[in-house]
Amino acid sequence: MSIELQATNASVETKPQKRPLRRLLRKPFAVVSIAWLAVLAILCGLAPWLPLQDPLQQNLTATLQLPSAAHLLGTDSLGRDILSRIAWGGQDALLGALEAVVVALVIGLPLGVIAGYAGGWFDQLAGRFADILFALPALIIVLALAAVFGTSTAVSMASLGVIYSASYLRLARASTLAMRNELYVDAARVSGISRPAIVFGHILPNTVGPLIIQSTLTFGAALLIQASLGFLGLGSPPPTPSWGAMTSEASLYMIQQPWLMVPAGLVLLLTILAVNLIGDELRDGSTASVKASVLERARPARAAAPGTTAAPPASDVLLEVQGLSVSFDPGGPEAANVVEEVGFTIARGETVGLVGESGSGKTMTALAILNLLPFPGTVTEGRILFEGRDLVGLPEKEMARIRGQRIGMVSQEPMVALDPSFTVRSQLVGPLRRHRRLSRAQARAEAVTLLELVGIPDPPAVLRKYPHELSGGMAQRVAIAIALSGDPALLIADEPTTALDVTVQAGILELLRSLQQRLGMAVILVTHDLGVVADICSRAVVMQKGRIVESALVDDLFDRPQHPYTRGLIAATPSLVDLGGEHEPA
Amino acid sequence: MVKIVVSRVLFAIPLLLIITTFSFLLVSLIPGDPVASILGEGATPQQYAELRAQLGLDQPLAVQYLRYMGGLFTGDLGTSISIQPGQPVAAIVWTRLPVTLSLSLVTLVVTLVVGVLIGLAAAMSRGVTGRVAQIGSLLGVSIPNFWLGVLLVLLFSITWKVLPATGYVPIQQSPVLWAQSLVLPVVTLGLAGIASVARQTRGSVNDTLSRDYVRTLLAAGTPRYQIVFKHALRNAGIPVVSVLGFLFIGIFGGTIVIEQVFAMSGIGQLTISAVTNHDIPVIQGVVVVTTIVVLIVNLAVDLLYFALNPKARR
Repeated sequence: MSIELQATNASVETKPQKRPLRRLLRKPFAVVSIAWLAVLAILCGLAPWLPLQDPLQQNLTATLQLPSAAHLLGTDSLGRDILSRIAWGGQDALLGALEAVVVALVIGLPLGVIAGYAGGWFDQLAGRFADILFALPALIIVLALAAVFGTSTAVSMASLGVIYSASYLRLARASTLAMRNELYVDAARVSGISRPAIVFGHILPNTVGPLIIQSTLTFGAALLIQASLGFLGLGSPPPTPSWGAMTSEASLYMIQQPWLMVPAGLVLLLTILAVNLIGDELRDGSTASVKASVLERARPARAAAPGTTAAPPASDVLLEVQGLSVSFDPGGPEAANVVEEVGFTIARGETVGLVGESGSGKTMTALAILNLLPFPGTVTEGRILFEGRDLVGLPEKEMARIRGQRIGMVSQEPMVALDPSFTVRSQLVGPLRRHRRLSRAQARAEAVTLLELVGIPDPPAVLRKYPHELSGGMAQRVAIAIALSGDPALLIADEPTTALDVTVQAGILELLRSLQQRLGMAVILVTHDLGVVADICSRAVVMQKGRIVESALVDDLFDRPQHPYTRGLIAATPSLVDLGGEHEPA
Repeated sequence: MVKIVVSRVLFAIPLLLIITTFSFLLVSLIPGDPVASILGEGATPQQYAELRAQLGLDQPLAVQYLRYMGGLFTGDLGTSISIQPGQPVAAIVWTRLPVTLSLSLVTLVVTLVVGVLIGLAAAMSRGVTGRVAQIGSLLGVSIPNFWLGVLLVLLFSITWKVLPATGYVPIQQSPVLWAQSLVLPVVTLGLAGIASVARQTRGSVNDTLSRDYVRTLLAAGTPRYQIVFKHALRNAGIPVVSVLGFLFIGIFGGTIVIEQVFAMSGIGQLTISAVTNHDIPVIQGVVVVTTIVVLIVNLAVDLLYFALNPKARR
């Protein structure tokens, strides 16, 4: 299900939001929030015509009353009806917050669009303007202006709008900048459409989604600041009802009548909460879902079978995969399996290529061996016998002892495979100490040796570096060193050269070959490149759509490919065709 | 390190210049006659002339500006008109500053620690717990802090009598009482920040844990607690620290309300009484001092950011 979810979210991410309102109406929290705001808007907007009591009508014989039929929310210290005061005060509150949003939008949007579209000095200036507005607490500026212009909701909310315009400015600038470089905007420009037409026709419609989200957040914040001003006695002058001032009055009588604290404060809380909830749901919809944590594992679909050593393994067999199936939808149809009844063996010290195009299941097979299948993938059938022990369903604790120690892994993109916040030394010393039980000093010395082993010149200098200071080839060598830190019997290299420059690829392959010979470990090379297989593997297992279609010695595979898919793969690899002399050198 | 400090200080100069100019212009922004509007009705002509001279309004605008800026350089923020007439604003602000700084800095630290821990816990849990965390954090952001403050006083000070309702005790006087006097204000002031830091941390940790290098770490047999507490927390901390400056600005602004709720005589209360008493020089002083405090804290946050993020160091 999560795969589907990610797929749909990916499409949401690339396309601008479609019908945000309709999607909103499918979320229960959002619906309740909208309903609350609607009720509140009607109550406040129609207050003069509703059968409410006069919000200023005092009744000193009925002060501080609890809710009753006469006063649905009770009365305050002067006997005024609280429900009525909330309704009348709400007009000021909601309109004031709206005012702040409108002012912010009117100032920020055009400035941001112009800054993003024109760039240059205007952009610089606008950026500075926004920086300055963000540099001070909004409340301080509003208060400073209130000291000058007097305390009224209209003035305060207008000042607040000016301050919040900075957020709109940045947002509009960013969307415009992103949109400006889109191909279709280029196309519009080339085809001679005027600037205003581009802005109004192409750029503005795409900023609507983020602007709605920003506006809900701004509305909530403005409501809160306005209530704070009311609470501080710096809002509308006293007899006028306001939610903030009502809370302040209530706090004076909280010992005599705690109930008084409830109505105004709760209405305020619910309103701000509703606005934020709507903004939140809109935002969740507009961004892709959180990618699955690599730490997360699906519960094994196939129960562990402890101690199943079917037949004592032949002494030179290191790994035996039997009838392995992997699914991302366990319990679903078998057709959905990404790996289907895969079986092969790896002898000690052997280099085997696991070949196939992307989506053939080769990487999932490799990850299944280490029990690192991404959530919710899980092994549904089969066994993975490593040194005679079934790894499927092995407890995480025991698996952690095998990973790095007995089986090492090198992944595809060296630049993202290393933790950017730690030095090479720290990333090497950790596993070295863990796997070889070394002291810190010993591990540091060993790290130098290991880097020399993977062909890095000047190891001490490299040890001090952070991953972003390394080249791709260098980073891949470091990643290989980390994988070798436990002296593994099996190294799984998942497309170790794909992300590298062609010139660097040969060096890494040569390194893998020499390491394999020197250390005598077995290597599984996961690749889509038959040229690589021809280079260093002795055997190859060819996969297509999750199944093995051919498994042969490399020489036989190239001389007499049995399966049409293999033939296709060979034909698609120019360097191999070159070998056969059927290809004209470019 | 020195380079960073220098570049940040250079960046701060134009900002300081603009804010101080804004603060200077506050007087001229007053609609109509500023002196008359500050004094209100019923002022004698002599009072009028005195205030006019004190504000320097008898001089041309350019001269006023140079005088004002010159004064700032020597630490002269002008003289209070109505709160403590005749007293230098700098001295008034200076005596109030420790209260507000204690409150806001303690809140910043508590917010950061508690927010990160909650966010981390939320990131580690799925399903219902994650949903509860989401709603909880929204609630935290949405709750009006003055209302929360009064409710906490009602509960902890009046009903249970375990914490003081009001007042601030200087730390030199008694560290224990100081801490006690800060508990409720810090909780009230920090809740919104805690919620947003927790949200930020949760997203950031989730993002970090989806990165390829986590697989590298796992494949190298790294224990999970180490991946979470060492690698994920460190990397997730970077975006969190980058918003710390804004968090502080929010907290510092919040002290205005919180000081009123808990009767702490800091900058916030000073600001409110300056507004109600039209004491413009005090307002100007508050704006200038606040800017300086914010700039200093932002510098510290920047340094922390550079210390955490090797890519930002060059």
